[in-house]
Amino acid sequence: MEETTAHIDFIAASYAAAVIVIGALIAWVTLDYRGQRRMLAELEAQGITRRSEPAHGAPAIERVKEQAKEQA
Amino acid sequence: MALSDLANPSRFLRVADRLIPWLGGVTLLLFAFAIDQAMIAPDDYQQGATVKIMFLHVPSAWLGMLCWGLMSVAALGTLVWRHPLADVTAKAAAPIGAAFTLLCLITGSLWGRPEWGTYWVWDARLTSELILLLLYLGVIALWRTVEDPSRAARAVAILTLVGAIDLPIIKFSVDWWNTLHQGESVFRLGGSTIDPTILTPLLIMTAAFTLLFVVLLLAAMRNEILRRRVRTLHLMQANAAS
Repeated sequence: MEETTAHIDFIAASYAAAVIVIGALIAWVTLDYRGQRRMLAELEAQGITRRSEPAHGAPAIERVKEQAKEQA
Repeated sequence: MALSDLANPSRFLRVADRLIPWLGGVTLLLFAFAIDQAMIAPDDYQQGATVKIMFLHVPSAWLGMLCWGLMSVAALGTLVWRHPLADVTAKAAAPIGAAFTLLCLITGSLWGRPEWGTYWVWDARLTSELILLLLYLGVIALWRTVEDPSRAARAVAILTLVGAIDLPIIKFSVDWWNTLHQGESVFRLGGSTIDPTILTPLLIMTAAFTLLFVVLLLAAMRNEILRRRVRTLHLMQANAAS
């Protein structure tokens, strides 16, 4: 038991470092995913999609051009 | 479904969306079991309780090297076959590999202080591991420097393949040079030199870390595909407005 408690600070610091590094990785992928999804949703809400033949009729690039003309 | 079918990013997204929650759950359970096994493992006769740091240090070192190996295969995919997911894999893997390499160096230092009396020595194994971290940081910086993803991918692929030279140096540094770092003890000809009471929890923890790596990589690849879609849409929007 003496051995177990002798270097407890170093052991605790190692496990704390692991929690921080792995936690940072999980937070990074989670927040990044939400950010990308949000941006995609915003663009799609503006009618800009990757589909060459979207459900709304005209190809996406044509609709974007029309929107740009309207804004101009 | 053939593995090559996953080369389609849309199909990859569908598979990743389904796999990530399940794999995440299994990873969590495996980690709970691994931590339990690590905590009840006996102290080492020489290292004492600090052997518990090895349950983090060894898997981190393994993943740091595995990740660069994976990036090297992806680099070949980018340069030779121009595989659509190759540079996505390489870009997504780099920060994860860097994080595990950093964790390896931190836990190694924290183990070294009570065992060697110092946090750091310019030993061949430690130095080559530090070089691996610097290579990861170089790759991440290069991805950020070149705006066009396909041009960045080719430059990164070349750097990755050159950097792969560091992997055998890390692996065999303890054999080639007289190092303070201990010699190979887990995977070696003639079997492991570690007692099963410590080796078993170490292997379980390594499996948990590896599964975590897979989940993080899938999630990061999914993010990278979405980021490229956002970029494409922004370009379409900008082209239409000009």
